[in-house]
Amino acid sequence: MFAPLRLIALLAAAGSVHAQPFDPLQVRGWAAACTGCHASQGHAGSAMPPLAGAGRETVAAALLDFKSGRRPATVMQQLTLGYADEQLLAIAAYFSRMPPP
Amino acid sequence: MMQRRRFMQAGLGAAATSLLPGPVKAFEQGEPRVVVIGGGFAGATAAKYLREWSRQQVAVTLVEPQPQFVSCPLSNLVLAGERELADLTLGYDKLVSRHGVQWVRERATRIDPERRRVRLAGGAELPYDRLIVAPGVDFDYREMPGMKQPGAQEAVPHAWKAGAQTLALRRQLQAMPDGGLFAISIPPAPYRCPPGPYERACLVAQYLSRHNPRSKVLVLDANPDLTSKGALFRQAWAERYPGLVEYRPGHRVIDVDVARQTFKLDFHEDVRADVLNLIPPMHAGRIALDAGLATAQQRWCEVDFLSFESRAIERVHVLGDAVQSAPANPKSAHMANQHGKACAAAVLALLSGETVNPLPQYNNTCYSFVDAQQAVHVASVYRYDAARATMLTVPGAGGLSERPSALEGRHALAWADGIWADTLA
Repeated sequence: MFAPLRLIALLAAAGSVHAQPFDPLQVRGWAAACTGCHASQGHAGSAMPPLAGAGRETVAAALLDFKSGRRPATVMQQLTLGYADEQLLAIAAYFSRMPPP
Repeated sequence: MMQRRRFMQAGLGAAATSLLPGPVKAFEQGEPRVVVIGGGFAGATAAKYLREWSRQQVAVTLVEPQPQFVSCPLSNLVLAGERELADLTLGYDKLVSRHGVQWVRERATRIDPERRRVRLAGGAELPYDRLIVAPGVDFDYREMPGMKQPGAQEAVPHAWKAGAQTLALRRQLQAMPDGGLFAISIPPAPYRCPPGPYERACLVAQYLSRHNPRSKVLVLDANPDLTSKGALFRQAWAERYPGLVEYRPGHRVIDVDVARQTFKLDFHEDVRADVLNLIPPMHAGRIALDAGLATAQQRWCEVDFLSFESRAIERVHVLGDAVQSAPANPKSAHMANQHGKACAAAVLALLSGETVNPLPQYNNTCYSFVDAQQAVHVASVYRYDAARATMLTVPGAGGLSERPSALEGRHALAWADGIWADTLA
């Protein structure tokens, strides 16, 4: 998947331990807000895809594309607009560390 | 800084069965005990995540007398004959077998905050270090003498808690005479599930358009206008059910004359209908009122939105529909599920002497069907506002569907599967 320059820059920043801006428990709380729809492990083939183990870059790109409107959505643009890009990247990184369903 | 270092040292590498648990904390008093009263979306979610995030180091007892969980979301589809109640009925077995929640199938009758104990209907007592009260709503017939007559509450079903009442109302819908009238009464806000009554009007209208097309749906709303998704529902009624749905705002039902099949209104003429669906005024579940937790108008429970700890009683947390909601925060299943997780994290922090998350942020997404296939949504993001000490809507986020769609109908069903799993599996 094509990753825009901004995503690369943000991922580079988020990947640095010293730049980690958020407490892991805070990120856990934000991520927990996603699983109300997507469930802890998601459902394969469902309209609400599983997030666990989906890959940090994949989920991060999807979230940023939803937010910018590049990726068409019903709900996801409205939700992602409530978060800073750095929050979305932290959430993506969180799910990438979970085992896939 | 000290906290950050401890978090980083603890790491996040352990295998997880669900969301990654947080760092393992040393609890001061051995194995802490948390009791959760109520196994709805809020209570069941809190019980599961307390176990998950403590890595099973906290003993969690769920007090819920019902043998199974019956989902209110999608229950209007059951009313309209598009689903069966069994499709919406789930077990508590995974909370027990997978997560180690102790499930006590009894009713909690009393809270003793001095001795930190919950008394059960059978007389036993459960001690707690922290108590979570998630009793949902109870219906308020105090000012409706007609509804206290024998048999009245069976004859005039609310169908606002899914189960036997849903099926009772469905039987009445199916038995309506040719050209009959189905009247829905909506109480003053706040009440559980703001868009639910308007979705019900849509789905009852669709049923009638197929099976009893000369009949009508009359919506008597105590509120000055639709409380949720107003333009979308008005458009759905006008385009899909012309002449079939009539909406009357500012029409408050104050009592029911069951013998005459009549709603009594405060400032308008009585309404006689073949089916009377009274969605009654509501307050927090009875045990919350009895315990003195319902400090807002004697109806709803005021909490600290960082921890969901009661403003009235220490070490007691209140979740879900029973809470005096933050501004523009609806009483919805989705919010109850979010409360459960935010509270679980806060309770674990408090049990281990840590600071609770100072900036919680979560969302609401709520789908309504306008017919058996097509749905609309409303979504919001909420963030803690320290100055006002409450959860406020994040500006620029959230919104509504542009129009109903079958795509969102499929999303609504997937949402239900997701939230059921997140709450119970």
